[in-house]
Formats: sequence, structure tokens, C-alpha cells
Amino acid sequence: MIDIKRFMSGSAFIQPIWVFVVAITIFFSIMSDYFLSVGNLTNILVQTSTIGLIALGMTYVMINGNIDLSVGATLGLAASLSVGLQDYGITVAVLAAIATGVALGALNGLLVWKTGVNAFIVTLGAMIGVRGLIFVYTEEQSFYASNFAFSDFGASTIGPIPVLAIIFLLCTLAMHLVLKKTGHGRNTFAVGGNPEAAMDAGIRIGRNMMINFMIVGFFAALAGVLLATQMGASTPNLGRDYELWTITAVVLGGTKLTGGYGSIMGTLGGVLAIGVLRNGMNMMQVPAFYVLVILGVILIAVLIIDQQINLKSFKGVQA
Amino acid sequence: MASAEHTKQGFMLSKKHKAGLLNFLSAQGILVFFLICMFAFSLTSEQFLSQSNIMTVVRQASIIGIIAVGVTVVIIGGNLDLSVGSMLSFSTVLVVDLHDKIGPVGAILVMFALTLMLGALNGLLVGFMRLNSLIVTLAMLSAIQGLVLIYSGGQNVDIANQSDTWFGVFGQGYLLGIAVPIIIFSLLAIIVQVVMSFTGYGRRIFAIGGNPVAAVYSGIRKNWCVFSTYMISAFCVACAALVLGARVMGSQNNVGQGYELLVLAGIILGGTSLLGGAGSIWKTVIGVLILGFIQNGLLLMGYPYYTQWLVTWVIIILAVWLDLANKRKRLLTRHS
Repeated sequence: MIDIKRFMSGSAFIQPIWVFVVAITIFFSIMSDYFLSVGNLTNILVQTSTIGLIALGMTYVMINGNIDLSVGATLGLAASLSVGLQDYGITVAVLAAIATGVALGALNGLLVWKTGVNAFIVTLGAMIGVRGLIFVYTEEQSFYASNFAFSDFGASTIGPIPVLAIIFLLCTLAMHLVLKKTGHGRNTFAVGGNPEAAMDAGIRIGRNMMINFMIVGFFAALAGVLLATQMGASTPNLGRDYELWTITAVVLGGTKLTGGYGSIMGTLGGVLAIGVLRNGMNMMQVPAFYVLVILGVILIAVLIIDQQINLKSFKGVQA
Repeated sequence: MASAEHTKQGFMLSKKHKAGLLNFLSAQGILVFFLICMFAFSLTSEQFLSQSNIMTVVRQASIIGIIAVGVTVVIIGGNLDLSVGSMLSFSTVLVVDLHDKIGPVGAILVMFALTLMLGALNGLLVGFMRLNSLIVTLAMLSAIQGLVLIYSGGQNVDIANQSDTWFGVFGQGYLLGIAVPIIIFSLLAIIVQVVMSFTGYGRRIFAIGGNPVAAVYSGIRKNWCVFSTYMISAFCVACAALVLGARVMGSQNNVGQGYELLVLAGIILGGTSLLGGAGSIWKTVIGVLILGFIQNGLLLMGYPYYTQWLVTWVIIILAVWLDLANKRKRLLTRHS
């Protein structure tokens, strides 16, 4: 029933990374008494929701064949705005934070679209510059939420499940459906797979890219706001290195940097792989340092496996 | 008739000549921009152009500069190296920690050997196994940072007896009145620039960066060339670690965090294309110096240090955009 070849090449509904997720889940369940409980599993979802939300948007951008390095800085700015603007009311603060994220995404997208400068360079610049914006806005201060409704939201639950986990799962479902079932999703694949063919087919490439940059900006800002509700505070350095974690998660999930290939289910697997690994190693009282090494090794292993599978269909000179 | 032809030709020649000058100016746009920046800053602050200030800026920029020299070679070869930041942490912690245990000479030798091994691992994975360089070096970034933390146990390291050792000379010393970091930076830049411009090896690196398929068909051993670029990059990181460790005589275990992207910013600003096959070391040197002088100039004008990040953002995008537009001869592309 399950087509092994389709599965290994990542084009089935479930990606190879899920084997790894299931394997380490079973492993940690055996090794630690506390790992397999509803409390801990929902905890993992909450912990990963920050990187997970950004990774949803990043998947779109990377299927487009672009990359966004500025998400960590956008997250930090949104977090600072959502806490710093609370004198005007929580709603205004949160909306302003998210609008800023979307606007920064639009700016990135517009620059990639109109100037033709590589997305890597545009967003590398934005990564440095937006961090500067945070420091200009906060003047190097950390902010604390004076309104407890804000930090209560981060800790609230519906039944046994934390609200943050529900938001993450709902967003994942929505993004999965948009990618699979709508014209925008199909265009995203087309633009990443072959931009010239997409243009000839009448797809507005630039607009498609810009929308995807706005999506990732939105999710980075949303993740920033939710992270701020978890902490009840924000620091100017919040979100440093998140771009690297996010890209790691997306690549683990089987999305290709060259574009035209990827899935939200794979990204969810990649995000969970990181989350379960971190959490489980904590449970086994392994120092957090080892997670970094293991993640690096897994990332390279995924690349090698992926290459071995695709090598068979590839003929001609190797360069 | 003949004379008319002649004058026409002469006219064309002078026009071509003029266009040549314009072309030269626009091709060297970053150099022109650099000079304008220097001029503007020198108007607003008297200290800016003083010899001691310039020396200070170059000295501060030398660590990023040394790394950027190596990464430029990797990029010309058509790959990326994001692992240099973690590698810098690794090498600095290693050399500082080993200094007290096995003496400066041993520490330096071991540090160079291990750093080169990391470079070899990068080179093996990208050059011989043909994996995507961005992801491989991203994975190495994470793994090496983990290694540093495991090695140091999360502790910062320092040299106990700082006055009793000659080790500090690499970071604090002077030779003929010039700071040693600047000398190391200049020497590396000059040597690598000469190698890239005037040797067959350099041409091979440009060839594989420009058109890998053609390069392989013309008999270039691509695997070894890519491998060697990562070795050069690792060697430069080891030199930078020597300077950094000797300057501080101690090290935090995340000292190199974020360096990979600053280095890339300098390289991009200099005008080396991330696609490979084009670029040069002296452009990178100018790019790195521009970042250094902007930081210094803004500080001297009384702005807080983080304003340089905003300025860097604008400059990077403008520089690359104008460079592209210059090649394409129009400012906006039609992506529809």
C-alpha cells in the first residue's frame, strides 16, 4: 500500500523525517519515565511553536527558491513592539507588531522582485538592519509586560492543551491546505521549480514571491508576539540565530534550497525532530551542547540520504 | 572622404575613451563610494582622518578581514562557508585554553591542525561528496558550536599569567610601528590576491565557480579545488583566532557567533558575487574596511553603535542593486 520509493523521495504525504521523529520518540519514552506524558508532549509543542510558526512561512519562501535570513530580527522587533506599545492597549500593540512583520516581509519581497538582488543578500541586509531598528526602538532596554492579561494568554489552556500549541497546529493545517489546494500554493511550486516556465505560463512571479515574503514576515511577527506572551517580556537580542534553526527545521523536512520542492508536513516533522530531541535530551539530563552536535550530524545525514536517492535518476557529467 | 572617416574614427575613439572612464568609475563604484564616505566623515570629525584613528579602525577590522579573505576564495569557487563563526570560537577557545597547558608553540600548532581538520571536513562534504555547501556549513556551524561548549564545559577560558608570555604579540604587538594584526591581515590579503590573480590554481578556482560543468570537462579536478578552498578558509580562521585570542588573552565560548554573516556582509559590499566565478580579494578588503570606517565614523559623530546596522542594511542593498543595474544597464528588472 505504501509506495516505498515515493516515500523515500519525499513526495508522499509523510516524509522520511517522520521515521526519525517516531524513532526518537520511542527511544526517549523507553529511556525516560517522564517523557511520554500529555503534559510533556504538549510542552514540546509549545516549545517548538516559535520556530515552527516561522518555519511554516519559511517553507513557502524556500519552495519559491528564495530564503529569508531576517526572520529572527523580525521576531525580535515584533516581540519588543507587542510589549512596548501596551500603553495603547494590547490589541493595538499586537496588531502593530504583526503589521510591522508583514511590512518588513513586503519590503524584502519588493526588493527581491524589483531589484533582482538575490534574496539571500536582501534578507541578510535586513537581518542586520532590522536588529538595528530594534535597538533604536528599545534603546537597548528589555521591556516587561505590565498588563497581566498578556502574559496570562501565553500560559492559558483549552482543556489540557495549551493555546499556543493549538494556534501552531491550526496554522500548520491552514498552511498545508493553502499549499496543496489553492492556486497560490501551486504557483509557489511553479515559480520555484522553473521561473521562466512559470512566467511563460502567465504566473506573476514577483507578486507570488512578495506574498510569500509577507507570509513569512507575518509568521515571524506572530511567533515573536507569542514568545513575548510566554515570557511576559522582550529583550532586544530576542530571536538571534532563529533564522538558522528555522532553516535547519525546514531542510530536515525535505524542502530543497533550490526551490520547487517541499511540504508543510515535512516541515512539521523537521520542527518536531528538533523539539523532541531537545526535550528528550533534557529529560535524560544530557547537556544541551550535545543537541547542537547531533543536529548538525542529522542535517548532513539527511543531505547524504537525499543525494543518494536522487543520484540514481541523474545522468551526465557531475559538476 | 578618407579624412571624414578618419575624424569619425577619432571621434569614436575619444567617445569610447570617455565611456571607458565612466565604465571604470561605475565598475569601481564601491571604491568611489568608499572615498566619498571617507571624505564625508572627515568633514564632520577632525579625528577621523588622523593616523592613529585609521590604524585603530584597520586593526579592529582585521579579524573580520582575515576571515573574509578565506571566505572570498570559497565564494569565488561557487560555495558558501557559514561555519567560520563557530570555527573562530572553536579555535580561539582552543588556543587560549591550551596555552597554559602545553605552552604557546604547542597550543598554536594544535589549534592550526584541528582547525584545518574542520576545514577538511567541510571540504570533504562539499568537494568530494558534492553536498549543498549552504546546508553543510550551516550544520557545521551548529555542530562546531556544540563542540566548543562540550570542550569548555560552558566555561570561558583565559590565560592565567598574561605578562609572562610572548603570545600576546599576535594581538597587541607592533612591528616597525604597525600593529601585528594589520600586518597579518595585509600579508594574507596580498598573498591570496596574488595566488588568485596570477597562478593556474587561482584561474581554476574562478573556472569552477563560473561554470562547473565546463571546468570539469576541461580537466580541472573540481573536488580537490573545492576542498582546497575550504582549507584556505580554515587557515584564515585559524590566523584570525590567533589574533583574537592574543588580543583578549582569553575567550568567551561563543566569541565568534554572528561573525559568519558580518564576514558575508563585507564580502557582498565589496562586490563579490555570491554565485561564484567573480570577485577579488582587494574588493573584499575594501568592503570590510567600509564597514569598519562606517562604524567608526558614526561613533565619532556621536551616534549610538547600533545605527551602523541600519546604515549597513541600506548600503548592502544599494551596493548590490547598483552593481546589478550597472551590468544590466537598467535599474528595475522585469519580473512581472
